[in-house]
This record gives sequence, structure tokens and C-alpha cells, in this order.
Amino acid sequence: MNFQGYRRPSGKTGLRNHVLVIPSVVCSQGAAEAITRNLKGAVYLANVFGCAQVGADREQTKRTLVGFGTNPNVFAVLVVGNGCENLPAKEISEAIIPSGKRVEFIEIQDVGGTKKTIAKGRRIVREMLADAAALEREPIPLRELIMATECGGSDYTSGLASNPALGAASDLVVGEGGTVILSETTELIGAEHLLAKRARTPEIGRKVLDLIAWWEKEAIATGQDIRGANPAPGNIAGGITTIEEKSLGCIYKGGTTTLEEVIRYAFPPTGKGLVLMDTPGHDIDQLTGMMAGGSQIAVFTTGRGTPTGSPIAPVIKITGNAETYRKMKDNIDLNVSEILQGKETVKDAGKRIFEEVIAVASGRLTKAEKLGQRDFCIFKIGLNF
Amino acid sequence: MAGKLKTILINEKDNVATAIVALKAGTNVGLEIQGRQERIKLLSSIPMGHKFALREIEKGVDVIKYGEPIGRTTAHISRGEHVHVQNVVSHRGRMEGA
Repeated sequence: MNFQGYRRPSGKTGLRNHVLVIPSVVCSQGAAEAITRNLKGAVYLANVFGCAQVGADREQTKRTLVGFGTNPNVFAVLVVGNGCENLPAKEISEAIIPSGKRVEFIEIQDVGGTKKTIAKGRRIVREMLADAAALEREPIPLRELIMATECGGSDYTSGLASNPALGAASDLVVGEGGTVILSETTELIGAEHLLAKRARTPEIGRKVLDLIAWWEKEAIATGQDIRGANPAPGNIAGGITTIEEKSLGCIYKGGTTTLEEVIRYAFPPTGKGLVLMDTPGHDIDQLTGMMAGGSQIAVFTTGRGTPTGSPIAPVIKITGNAETYRKMKDNIDLNVSEILQGKETVKDAGKRIFEEVIAVASGRLTKAEKLGQRDFCIFKIGLNF
Repeated sequence: MAGKLKTILINEKDNVATAIVALKAGTNVGLEIQGRQERIKLLSSIPMGHKFALREIEKGVDVIKYGEPIGRTTAHISRGEHVHVQNVVSHRGRMEGA
């Protein structure tokens, strides 16, 4: 099966054709925003890091910013720095070059102030936009899709309707040879052994268990027990019998196929099929990590409703809660609440999600894109010094 | 789809389904199980969001939902019977306090 996408010099496929302006550091974010203002097709990242970071923390920020630059949804990149930050614009720009796309960098101290930087940046971005406009979509096999999955603002409808329906869609994407990323490691707790058993090899399964052990240790170090008393009395009254059932209700959105790989935050999958990326449960941290890992599209289930979108990728939002859909129609793309009204099966809703993914991949705009919702947040793992 | 469903079957490997409305004991519910239309007579009242057995489940075996074992039966469960904390335990134990 095919969708219509943009072929990149690297051979990868974009679903969008953005010109991306990356502020390498928090103090160049204002200039980056001004450069993209009112330029259709140009987007920037609301990066608040990039200075006074060291070690693995600095590497994670760099990898995430570079990952956005190399993401195939991006046609060309301008990196804007200040000049004295410890994550220089030049370093980010050079790491994006291997993707084969046009990448430039400018620094406020070098150009001579914010106004000149904005003027110069806008000239470069206008050129890039003109080149981007010349590119046309072409048929691309579905196996080139890397679909991120996510849930947030969950309620009882998530485990019964939207996550099972998304799981059915995830299985269809993997069945076509594509890639599905499951994330939010902390949400696996209680069902990690089941995901580990589905791993391609015992080593991959071992990695799943190690991730959970690491998160629990980190939580305990801050005085918190994230395993807690689960399921809670309210869950039991609602019909949830065991912790496995509760966690499966969340992770089922990734579908039922073999777990092929476990990857660290903001790293790209190396193969196809179902992949677990180690991220926090934080909605935007995990979305950002998956996009930095090369995902071109996300499907996000919600019970209570959420406005989330990405600067560079379509985020399709789905709810199984009829009331949430009615109240938040400007944010939610698909309503699968008919599963809970007995009018649609999980399987049929999964097919509808799959069809929406193909339509959005081929250019249909999501609600978040129409609203210009562009959330960006890097999973910070160290102190600023 | 013909008629209105009263239950959700999530994965075809599952041996339980979930009621999406409160169902009284004695109700006959119709659902498609692995491509076959079946009718199951409920032996217990099933509150909304709770599970019932699609077939007889022996004591000490897995309860399957989402295609995965969510726990082990502590008693024999008949087709149409309520499946919950009174006849199922977690393989992980209850994580109280940890």
C-alpha cells in the first residue's frame, strides 16, 4: 500500500515539507521565532536549553535538535545561535549535513545583533521556502512510515476504546512493513514482563526489564514509589482486576506484534516493526523524542482531551470519550466513542484510524496543524551549570 | 454492523469480554468470537466496565485480555460468569507499598 510523500536526498520520506529554524540555545529562540513569523511553511523550535549543559545531558539536547533537523519532514534547516553557547550552531548544523539537505547557520554575535540576524535569517528561509515549493509528492510504500504512538489525559475510555483501536491500527502499519514506536516507559510498569516476552530475542526482552528497573530506582531516589498500590480501589470498582490489565490498557496502543528493538531517547529505530523508545510519560518529552528519532507522524489517544501538536509532524488525536469529542472538536481528529456505544468494533475503528493515517501522511492537515500547535520539550537528564 | 453491541472483545485470543453497559444475570449477549456469532447467557450481573468469561476457564490458568495474560484464576469459572478480583489474582501480586 502507498501514500503520497516527499522523497529526500537521503532516500528517506517526508510527509511534510517544512523549512525548520533551530535555535541552538534559549537566547536565540526569540530571533528564530521572528525569522519564521508569517512565513508559511517555516517553523521553529521552542528550545529552552543549549547552554551550560555537560556530558550526557548536553549530548541528549544536541541529539534531539539534530534529530529534528534530519527528520525527513524537514526540507531545509537554518540553525540560529548566539555565539558563546556551549552547544554551538555550527556543531548542530554540521551534524545535519549528512542528511543531504540544505543547512545553514548564523550567529547573533557574528551578524551583529538581533535585527540583522532576523533580516539575514528571513532572506535564507525565503530562499529555502522557494526551493521547497518546487518539490512534489510521489507514491511511497507504507513500509517507510515511522508512526509514533502516545496517550495522554487518559480516562476509562482509553483502555477500552481508543488504545485498543490504535493497537489494531498499529498492527496494520507493521503488517505493511512499517515501523511503530511505543514510548513512555513508566507506563509499562506491571506489564513489562509481557512486553519482554514478545521481544525478538531474550537480550531485547532483558532491555525492557532493565529500563523499568532504572526508572523505579530513579523514582525511589527522589522518595517516590511509582509502582504504588495498583490497581487502586477506584480502578477495581471500575472493573480493572490486576496491574497487568491496567498497564496493558495503555501499551496496547502499540499493537500486538513482536518487539523488534529497544532504543534510547531520540535515537532512530534501525529496523522495521514495533520499537520501544525509552522516554518519560511526559507528553511533550516523549513526542519530541520520537520525532527526533525520525518518526514522521504521531497518533495520540486521549480521554480527557489534549491540544498537543508537533512543530514538524502531524499529530492525529483520537478519543473514545463522546463528551470530550463534543467539547473539544477543534482539537480532536477522530472519535471512536461508538466502540463504547456498541456501534463499532475495535477492529473497524482500527481500520478507520489506519485510513486516517494514510490520508494525513499524504497531506491532509490535522486539527493541531490547523491550530498551529507546535509543542517542543527535550527530556532533560542533567543540571544546567 | 447489525444491532447494537453490549460488550467489547478487544483481541481474538481473549477469553473474557467487557460489558459496556450494566448487564443483568440471565441476559443473553451476542458477540462475534473468532469470526463466529455466539450467544452467551450471563450467569452473574456484570457492572459496566467489568469482564465475563467467554468460555469455561479452569482453576489456575491464565485470564487473557488484550491478547495477554492479565492474571490467573483462583477458582473454576463458567462461561458467562463475572471475572474479577474474587476469582483472579495478578501474576505480579498486588503492588501495595512495593
